[in-house]
Amino acid sequence: MPEPMLLEFRDVNTHYGDLHVLKHVDYAIAKGEIIALLGGNACGKSTTMKTIMGVVRPTSGTVQFDGKAIERLPTAERVRRGIAPVLEARRLFPRMTVFENLEMGAYLRKRGTEFDEDLERVYDLFPRVKERRNQIAGTLSGGEQQMVAMGRALMARPRLLCMDEPSMGLSPRYVEQVFDIIQTINRQGTTIFMVEQNANMALSVAHRAYVLQTGQVVLSGTAEELRRNPLIREAYLGEMQVPAA
Amino acid sequence: MTTFDLLLQQTINGLSLGAMYSLLALGFTLVYGILELINFAHFNVFMVGSFIAMGVLQLFGLNGQEVILTGLPLAMVLIAAFAVTMVASGALGVAIEVLSLRPLRNVKGPAAMITTIGVSYILFNVVLLSQGADAKNFPNPLPTKRFQIGGATLDLRVILIWIVALALMAGLYVFVQRSKMGKAMRATAQDPEAARMMGVEVDRVIVTAFFLGSALAGAGGLIFGLYYNFTSFIIGFTAGLRAFTAAVLGGIGNVPGAMVGGVLIGLIEAMAGQFIATAWADVIIFSILVLVLVFKPAGLFGRLAPQKS
Repeated sequence: MPEPMLLEFRDVNTHYGDLHVLKHVDYAIAKGEIIALLGGNACGKSTTMKTIMGVVRPTSGTVQFDGKAIERLPTAERVRRGIAPVLEARRLFPRMTVFENLEMGAYLRKRGTEFDEDLERVYDLFPRVKERRNQIAGTLSGGEQQMVAMGRALMARPRLLCMDEPSMGLSPRYVEQVFDIIQTINRQGTTIFMVEQNANMALSVAHRAYVLQTGQVVLSGTAEELRRNPLIREAYLGEMQVPAA
Repeated sequence: MTTFDLLLQQTINGLSLGAMYSLLALGFTLVYGILELINFAHFNVFMVGSFIAMGVLQLFGLNGQEVILTGLPLAMVLIAAFAVTMVASGALGVAIEVLSLRPLRNVKGPAAMITTIGVSYILFNVVLLSQGADAKNFPNPLPTKRFQIGGATLDLRVILIWIVALALMAGLYVFVQRSKMGKAMRATAQDPEAARMMGVEVDRVIVTAFFLGSALAGAGGLIFGLYYNFTSFIIGFTAGLRAFTAAVLGGIGNVPGAMVGGVLIGLIEAMAGQFIATAWADVIIFSILVLVLVFKPAGLFGRLAPQKS
């Protein structure tokens, strides 16, 4: 029997009241992949993230993590099993220190050597976060906050990192840095599922991608395939000069 | 007495009242910080707390001011009285949250706040009907010992009230700042959804806030009895409103703000009573509430309420 997918959506539907948001959505993410989820505004990208975290419950369909159904589990249990979010717009706890934010990332874990190791790892990845560890999180720049948000998620020692718009509102310098670090984290063994408006950047680091339109998966394939797809080039990569492969 | 002595005396009185208001204000602020809910039931948790305290002291055979204790027996009785009163009041707060507020958690609008008013009246009437309408002589085993400071008098019980209130507030502050649950409380107050996605079980945080707030209100009820030598079914309303004003003054949702706000309200009440007229104390206190709401709606120290994203 093949190894189960790390995360799998099967025929998932979600509703906000009468509004049908995700419509018969399927995703399959294998261990070790970087998957990008592309799409315009209000297409269901954030709802996908919320459905993974258990903030939104599907009205039908199943969500499996590591081969087991999780769609009925409370959020805390999903975090315990190894899913951690990097939330849209960072969402740090603004009046707590950077260190306290990192501690909150490890909320369900015991303090001890593993915590210390993970803290070292976060500080290695983000030297800036280490410098700022005693500063109140709300006073950091957007880019620094994004580093803390990623560090906070890593403190959960996740197997699946769900990132909602990691590049949003960041200066180009930070965008590059964030995507570099995404690749580093992935090489260190964490599977990554990211929602991203910046299709150009997302496809440059992702292995595969899904394209969501009004709640439906309209396209999926390897990053390379999608980059060559005329529809994608027109709709999402419009501003980009795609070099001939 | 010279004006200076009067000022000193009223500062002493005001700090004692303030200690009580601060303890009570913390309950409003803890719950508001997390749920954005004004918990009117808190008024009468304080009142019930003072009846629980009276019952505990009576269990020790204390009645009115007949029995005076000193030394170890006094310390034991007081520790037991505070401990039992705080745990029982805390449990009452938890029961209110679990039975009457949790079922309304996802109901939008003022339903939860109205419910707290209803619960407040239930507590009020249960005590009225079971204990009667007359004021009760509150057991006070403290020896009468007075210290002269200039022309002002400092009573032993006042010192005790200060010590207990300071210890409780310091304990709460350390809990909120340092403990894992305290950090979860702050995180939830700042961004409930993000806290939940870190694995925080928000219902447990809410229950903790109700327990701590109500336990402090119970301690406040015991202090009220020791300070005034009486309790009654009616004490919750005035003290509760003043403490609520204190919480707003300090910035509702802000823990140190509630402590400072309580002391300020206590001082204002004492000074107004001395230098203007007791009857004007509430007029002044609530005028301050209105002025704060108009000119500094976030309170003197800003608020720590949930962010709207």
